[in-house]
Amino acid sequence: MSKTTTQVQGGQMRSIRFNEGLFKWLMTNSAVLLILLLGGILITLLIGSWPVMKHSGFGFLYGSNWDANAEKFGSLPFLVGTVLTAFMALIISFPFSISLALLLGEFYKKGIIADIFKNIIELMAGVPSVIYGFGALYFLTPRIASLESSLGMPAYGVGILSAAIVLAIMVVPYWTSVAREVITLTPNDIREAAYSLGATRFEVIRYTILPYTRAGIIAGMLLSLGRALGETMAVTMVIGNANELPKNIIFSPSNTLASVIANGFTEAGSSLHLSALIGEGLILFLLSTVLNILGKQIIKRMGAK
Amino acid sequence: MKEQKRTLNARIISDFIFNGLVLLISAACAVPLILILYFIVSKGLSSISWTFLTNIPKPVGETGGGILNAIIGSLILVVMASVIAIPIAVIIGVYIAENRNTRVAKLARFSAEILQGVPSIVIGIIGYIWVVRTFGGFSAISGSIALAIMMLPVIVRTTEETVSLIPGSIKEAALALGVPYYKTMLSIIIPSGFSGIMTGIIISVARVAGETAPLLLTSFGNPFISTDPTKPIASLPQLIFNYAMSPYQSWKDQAWGAAFVLLTWILLISLLSKFLTRRWKIQF
Repeated sequence: MSKTTTQVQGGQMRSIRFNEGLFKWLMTNSAVLLILLLGGILITLLIGSWPVMKHSGFGFLYGSNWDANAEKFGSLPFLVGTVLTAFMALIISFPFSISLALLLGEFYKKGIIADIFKNIIELMAGVPSVIYGFGALYFLTPRIASLESSLGMPAYGVGILSAAIVLAIMVVPYWTSVAREVITLTPNDIREAAYSLGATRFEVIRYTILPYTRAGIIAGMLLSLGRALGETMAVTMVIGNANELPKNIIFSPSNTLASVIANGFTEAGSSLHLSALIGEGLILFLLSTVLNILGKQIIKRMGAK
Repeated sequence: MKEQKRTLNARIISDFIFNGLVLLISAACAVPLILILYFIVSKGLSSISWTFLTNIPKPVGETGGGILNAIIGSLILVVMASVIAIPIAVIIGVYIAENRNTRVAKLARFSAEILQGVPSIVIGIIGYIWVVRTFGGFSAISGSIALAIMMLPVIVRTTEETVSLIPGSIKEAALALGVPYYKTMLSIIIPSGFSGIMTGIIISVARVAGETAPLLLTSFGNPFISTDPTKPIASLPQLIFNYAMSPYQSWKDQAWGAAFVLLTWILLISLLSKFLTRRWKIQF
């Protein structure tokens, strides 16, 4: 009897208003937190790599000598290793990714065959990097080694080619999904116009679909390149961990930006060495972010058409 | 006329060859996958036994070593990462979907896109600097924070996509009945999008369960069973890495066994997500 209904409602209203305020505050600030997280990553990498920048200056970027004991830190060998493995991987994976994308985006959009290939791609994307690396170490490197010895070279087995092949396999599901999406974006009236003129499927693909989706396929390539640059475990396991410029651009053991971090980080002796590895992380972050933004922009522009 | 027929034949043949090539090259993509699955099943199954699953590693040469420490470690890491990432990520996703055109939402969505492309080893460096260095040692919590950072963008984007597909009329109906905004979000909008949000969560869990690179720099590994979040902890992917790179045959065999366990786990999680999407899909 002590409280009237309006008083009770008033109390409820206050608690609702409080919850309402709290919830909106939480929502906005979580979103701000996400933005700060990304900014924080960039700033942390910048601060962390500052000592090595001060020590080596721009030589950190283009120096070809990496010797932690002599405090010489030049990233060129890793940049070269990264670019070689990533581009070689893209070249190897191109025909496979485009075939799969055509198959799923044009040949079989539905049905058993589409389901089979969709599941294969999903499985490929689901296998962890470390298992790809292990499989390559067991199956691929001995075969590369025997190929090398038959060519009269030192039979390392591990090296740029091994890493590129593993990377190529890992990039296929990613490139395929981007390329498939842009292939399905091709307007049906163009496609049907070509068919109605009597074009074969090959001609439709060659003269309408591929020209129309060229930008999207390149965007897929950029996004896959971003992936390939940053891929760590599989590459670390088969690249051979060599800190000098590769003598042979196909077979030599090498190191990528990512693999040199994975190999050296927990064993770094000095804080300068650690800072140099964080510097490699900064380069990696900037490279993959730029490729990511570029690729996404191209796709967005295509979708807007 | 003859000329025309010849070119027609050539066109038909080239079409035929092209179709065959596309099918053949596509089918070739399955070869590495089949090889890896074959190795894992043929070599992994033979090293799996009850002792393998319920014992911790023993020194090289002794038989009966297992991977229990890594199984428990991986479970702890993934559960802790999920607890950290899921609530924040779902709220961010709802925020972006609800405030589509504000500057904060646009920036947050952009950040999620960029964060998704950041290499996992870089996230490992961040976990090392932010947590390991601050608290003076490798720890399970630093590993799960690194994994949580990797889960965030995936869940944010699937939540955002799901929530923005829910018709505005549902939200308006709730608000018109006097339901407070936060209750509308928490007990109407999020449950309506449950299957989509859950799929995002499961995909992100499957993705970080096999993640190795960030753990090398954060949770470090531990040959014993540990449940203390402030101490180093073992994990399945890292154990596979260490054993695969070791020179001992017995460890390599065990790595196949661990790979079998890890892959089975990831496949089960993915199957669960497919089941959930079908079962709890709400059609609008």
